[in-house]
Amino acid sequence: MFTREFLTCAVVFVFVAVSSAALGQTPSLGKPINPTDIAAWDISVLPDGTGLPPGSGTPAQGASVYVQKCLMCHGVDGKGGPNNALIGNPPLTDRERDPVKTIANYWPYATTIFDFIRRTMPWQQPRSLTNEEVYSLTAYILSLNKLIGENDTMNAETLPKVRMPNRDGFIVRYPDKI
Amino acid sequence: MKTTSDRLKRDWKDLEGAARNGLLDRRAFLRGGAAFAAAITGYSLAKPAAAEPLADDPWSQVPGANSPPYEKRSRHEEKILRTLSNPNGEPRTQHARSPHHLLNGTFTPNGLHFTINHAGTPDIDPAKHHLVIHGLVKQPLVFTLDTLARYPMVSRMAFVECGGNSAPFFSKEPIQASVQALHGLVSCAEWTGVRLSTLLDETGVDPKAKWFIAEGADAPALSRSVPVKKALDDSMIALYQNGERIMPGNGYPMRLLLPGYEGNMNVKFLRRIKLVDQPGMSYYETRTYTQLLPDGKSLQFNFLQEVKSFITHPSPGLALKGPGLYEISGIAYSGNGRIAKVMVSADGGQSWAQAALQEPVLSKAFTRFRLPWKWNGGPAVLQSRAWDESGDVQPTRAQIIAVRGESKRVPPVTAFPGQHYNGITTWAVDENGEVKHVYA
Repeated sequence: MFTREFLTCAVVFVFVAVSSAALGQTPSLGKPINPTDIAAWDISVLPDGTGLPPGSGTPAQGASVYVQKCLMCHGVDGKGGPNNALIGNPPLTDRERDPVKTIANYWPYATTIFDFIRRTMPWQQPRSLTNEEVYSLTAYILSLNKLIGENDTMNAETLPKVRMPNRDGFIVRYPDKI
Repeated sequence: MKTTSDRLKRDWKDLEGAARNGLLDRRAFLRGGAAFAAAITGYSLAKPAAAEPLADDPWSQVPGANSPPYEKRSRHEEKILRTLSNPNGEPRTQHARSPHHLLNGTFTPNGLHFTINHAGTPDIDPAKHHLVIHGLVKQPLVFTLDTLARYPMVSRMAFVECGGNSAPFFSKEPIQASVQALHGLVSCAEWTGVRLSTLLDETGVDPKAKWFIAEGADAPALSRSVPVKKALDDSMIALYQNGERIMPGNGYPMRLLLPGYEGNMNVKFLRRIKLVDQPGMSYYETRTYTQLLPDGKSLQFNFLQEVKSFITHPSPGLALKGPGLYEISGIAYSGNGRIAKVMVSADGGQSWAQAALQEPVLSKAFTRFRLPWKWNGGPAVLQSRAWDESGDVQPTRAQIIAVRGESKRVPPVTAFPGQHYNGITTWAVDENGEVKHVYA
């Protein structure tokens, strides 16, 4: 009888060990971290505005930042230089030439402008701009493209509400894989 | 019933053609004996004159060089190199393309694996690199290389292909260039690392999480959004490339590997994964890696690199040296899974012969196909066409252009007038054995 019970216990023990391995038992060596300690890296801005920091900026403020930090690559008034123009609105269906994707004719979300400037610009010193400067530059570029008024202020409330002309221009290629 | 030795006695001359213009049965080389040995090793098969008498060469008469601690290829092979789009590091993207016409087999050597870096290659200290997983998880966690080394690992072959590979095929005229220039933004390696699902087991995943944003530790902090569905399927935090630590240009010390998915999504220098309820709509997933259609709409989240093949031997730059027997060979792959079949034509797609697939045929990895071909010295138009196990078939160029449009000009070969071209590639062989890129 004792032997039989012992065997039953052993079988149960083996089953538990196997099933916990099958469930993906891991070494548990990841170190817990508080969201506040991730803040310096957590720069993702989502299209609904999630992740936008406090602060604000106007096109006029952005114009002066632009002259100092952006003009050398993107040209006077965003007209383009060694790198891409930031203005322009050619049709996307031009049959005579290859269409050019611009902010005004193509980008579906204004939040992407803020996110990309903050994480990637200026090219030689990424993530050196303050949030105020990023809001200002975003406002300046949107204003140059006549997507907001020249006195409009961009902040966490107003930026996600800017309706980009090509918002509905995209077809999700593989909806079943999402 | 014929025995193996009966079959070995058969000569390729006995085999009926499998398709017009000299394509032979795919088993011809396997059945053939010594007569085929030369054909397998070289691309020049003109009937040789009698060999010279053999004598010891100088290198056989003295002891050779010392074994180096890290082996380098022969000095005679040093010209086999990637081609660079931006060799002086101007402030724009740098592309380095793989020379597939000068390689063979199914994986790409680490030094020749293609790379695209949007702002150079960072010099990362592996001891100070961190990977954080946070957002819609139960417990945000930070991992280091040391800790990841303790986790169960997996190895798999996988190709990685830039969404813009083969962009020259959107040119209105065929651009005369090598396989390297036309198809050099794809490579295949064995990747070893920790499944992302293993780490997500540890952090726990909030059911609201539908996407994760992957971000690199490079200057632009490149970011892409990936469905959680893929994370729980076959995504890997890759630490090793062909057995050694990942090369700097491929994301040292760790990259995201999403087998079969568009190259840019396989974020390199990976430092952060944030689980979210919606895609981030980053610059690269809304602007750069979206495909504009003729009606002005665009394809987005075009994850898959679909079934594709191209002939590497012969190809532009690899001329045929006189009529005779050649092996046509090339690469096939699909982001859907395994390659099921590759057909080859020598008459521009009028007749087709089935190529042999080099085993093992692995999911979402390069498969080498081969087919013996007796070139009669006349014009030939070579094509390959692949099928994958999901039933997808490689489209013709005309089918792709009908849906996606083509450039109204002939752009530079390094330009990207379109993306996700997986159509047929056509090589025209002329009477001199020269190989040209044509549309057919």
